[in-house]
Amino acid sequence: AMDTDLSSQDRKDLDKFIKFFALKTVQVIVQARLGEKICTRSSSSPTGSDWFNLAIKDIPEVTHEAKKALAGQLPAVGRSMCVEISLKTSEGDSMELEIWCLEMNEKCDKEIKVSYTVYNRLSLLLKSLLAITRVTPAYRLSRKQGHEYVILYRIYFGEVQLSGLGEGFQTVRVGTVGTPVGTITLSCAYRINLAFMSTRQFERTPPIMGIIIDHFVDRPYPSSSPMHPCNYRAGEDNGAVYPSVEDSQEVCTTSFSTSPPSQCVFTVTKAHFQTPPPVVTDTLKVPVMGLAFSHQLSSSRLSYQPAALGVGSADMGYPVLFAGGLNAAHPHQLVGPGKEGGVPPVPSQPAHGTQADQERMCTPLDGVHYSAATPSSSEDTETVSNSSEGKCGSPHDLLETIFIRKVGAFVNKPVNQVTMANLDIPFAMFAPKNVELEDNDPMVNPPESPETESPLQGSLHSEGSSGSSTGNTHDDFVMIDFKPAFSKDDILPMDLGTFYREFQNPPQLSSLSIDIGAQSMAEDLDSLPEKLAVHEKNVKEFDAFVETLQ
Amino acid sequence: CPLSSRCCGPPSAGPAMNCRAEVLEVSVEGRQVEEAMLAVLHTVLLHRSTGKFHYKKEGTYSIGTVGTQDVDCDFIDFAYVRVSSEELDRALRKAVGEFKDALRGSGSDGMGQISLEFYQKKKSRWPFSDECIPWELWTIKVNVVNLANEQERQICREKVGEKLCEKIINIVEVMNRHEYLPKMPTQSEVDNVFDTSLKDVQPYLYKISYQITDSLGTSVTTTMRRLIKDTLAL
Repeated sequence: AMDTDLSSQDRKDLDKFIKFFALKTVQVIVQARLGEKICTRSSSSPTGSDWFNLAIKDIPEVTHEAKKALAGQLPAVGRSMCVEISLKTSEGDSMELEIWCLEMNEKCDKEIKVSYTVYNRLSLLLKSLLAITRVTPAYRLSRKQGHEYVILYRIYFGEVQLSGLGEGFQTVRVGTVGTPVGTITLSCAYRINLAFMSTRQFERTPPIMGIIIDHFVDRPYPSSSPMHPCNYRAGEDNGAVYPSVEDSQEVCTTSFSTSPPSQCVFTVTKAHFQTPPPVVTDTLKVPVMGLAFSHQLSSSRLSYQPAALGVGSADMGYPVLFAGGLNAAHPHQLVGPGKEGGVPPVPSQPAHGTQADQERMCTPLDGVHYSAATPSSSEDTETVSNSSEGKCGSPHDLLETIFIRKVGAFVNKPVNQVTMANLDIPFAMFAPKNVELEDNDPMVNPPESPETESPLQGSLHSEGSSGSSTGNTHDDFVMIDFKPAFSKDDILPMDLGTFYREFQNPPQLSSLSIDIGAQSMAEDLDSLPEKLAVHEKNVKEFDAFVETLQ
Repeated sequence: CPLSSRCCGPPSAGPAMNCRAEVLEVSVEGRQVEEAMLAVLHTVLLHRSTGKFHYKKEGTYSIGTVGTQDVDCDFIDFAYVRVSSEELDRALRKAVGEFKDALRGSGSDGMGQISLEFYQKKKSRWPFSDECIPWELWTIKVNVVNLANEQERQICREKVGEKLCEKIINIVEVMNRHEYLPKMPTQSEVDNVFDTSLKDVQPYLYKISYQITDSLGTSVTTTMRRLIKDTLAL
């Protein structure tokens, strides 16, 4: 394209606009796949660093990756900037979901004013990108990531490769902006044959208990640019410091003139900041599955439930359900949901060196958040209490407890810390059958081959034993503080706490094993009448038992 | 209309010359009306709002920064981005709330439409009131459906979510055409083009109106209301 008509100042400005537009485009796309809601503030006084008059944060690592991919070049004909979004399951399977393409074609608009019209249209295009990134199928998937899969991004520059999207992929155009050197186009090609399968499949699959960190240690990718988890964040104490765009040498201050309308005053000031050279501690970034050990209770709110980790205003923590048998003498424990979250933050330590490869945690954008272990709506709470009430008379009371397993950022040791969060009631209308009655009650059907060797009547383990007192291979949990209510028992030389620690690693409930797989809501509901009938039959027994308690 | 003294006359009967008109249609359940309308209106206004202008000497001006935020819908499997401005959000919620109430009211068959019109003001000499010249009109036609059971509602959540995704794509398509936009105004003219009453963002001058179709299928005048955004200070 001939740019003899373009003044050198205009050309410089245009190049700068395109460069920062490309960087902002990558930020918007990656941030839209973090799995969190994004919120930035409007500011009536221009700060000078908000390109295109939009408040788009710059994640330093993302900017770094984008600059690396661009390697000083700008999108041009045949040289497109692509952001590839893919999904990687806990089993290691990965699949490309979307390719966002920033391309340049040869169609030039000589008449257009660079510092004014082009700039404003690029701003408009970014707004369109904000809107469109929320309507492709990958958005919903990314909001639910962290448990069974993560979303990764990869930036490359050059020829667009769409073959990984499968057949029948669809394209949506975000927009175009004509410039004197060519027309910028922004579009997204996305896979569609996952659209329905994914949301249903991932919603229904019961949780994978005991996620092993090893699954997610990645081998280096054969392709030139490594994949990165969208919600991996390099914290300040990580050792890898990337210059943020705000700190970079170029700050954009735009001012526009209305008289005469064609004149624009555009100033670019070089701000000198101390920017340490980028230090990359390791080139292999491991997409580590969020170690939130989670189980969705309420499928009525399955869509748009935030990932367990890293949502500041999470409606619902993702609790893990264990069912342990309970001595009949102890009434089962009903504890209302704590509203203030009750989860002490796990101290985070920076990951250093080789350890970092194994155990990078997913952390949210703004630091470490811990979602409160509260049900997502009050109606769930009511349902829960009511149904619990109904079980009071059962001789096979179960102690349902919920652990919120919180993962600190960059924790060096294997993620073993379970803090005893508030006990929550696991009954929600559509929960798969976790709280089982006779079938899975270890009191009725003793576990087949427990890895732990301590039977109920067996020896006591000292309270001071750290880690799992059962000494089994699952030393995943460290009970930091467990003060069960009503736990004083003078009859047996064992209190509820000790009992609890003994049984804290029961064998996996069959209803939660992956083989059982997706059980439909309808099936669950259908089986309820049956169960009720069984209980109805035994009503006399229950009543008699209640009598004996009185 | 409490600001009638400053209104610029009756609403335009239809698209005037050079006024772009876009029509979107949605079928939703009663409880989805608000969120669906807000999603569409906010998406349009995201594209039609700028940062606050600060005029300096020599006729130059700088532009403030527009923040954005994600909004999740409770009754629809959908999320959208809106401008970070509580004032703007309040204004839209108020209008949509009235529309929803009117839809639910008697005489309504569950059909209606809400319109978002962008206009420019043209000052006239006294005794003539200022003219409002629309340059873009968005109309959302709404059909409220009643569902029988929970299963249908669940399907509706998803379907309406998908439909709204399509609408967002449509809106972005229109925005991308880069058709007529009012010229950037001088300081003295800015209130004829933009709504400068908000403290954090600056949308183009707009007004929201709605119509409810009564059970006879005719568009009624009795339920015609108008919310005027007026930027002229007393």
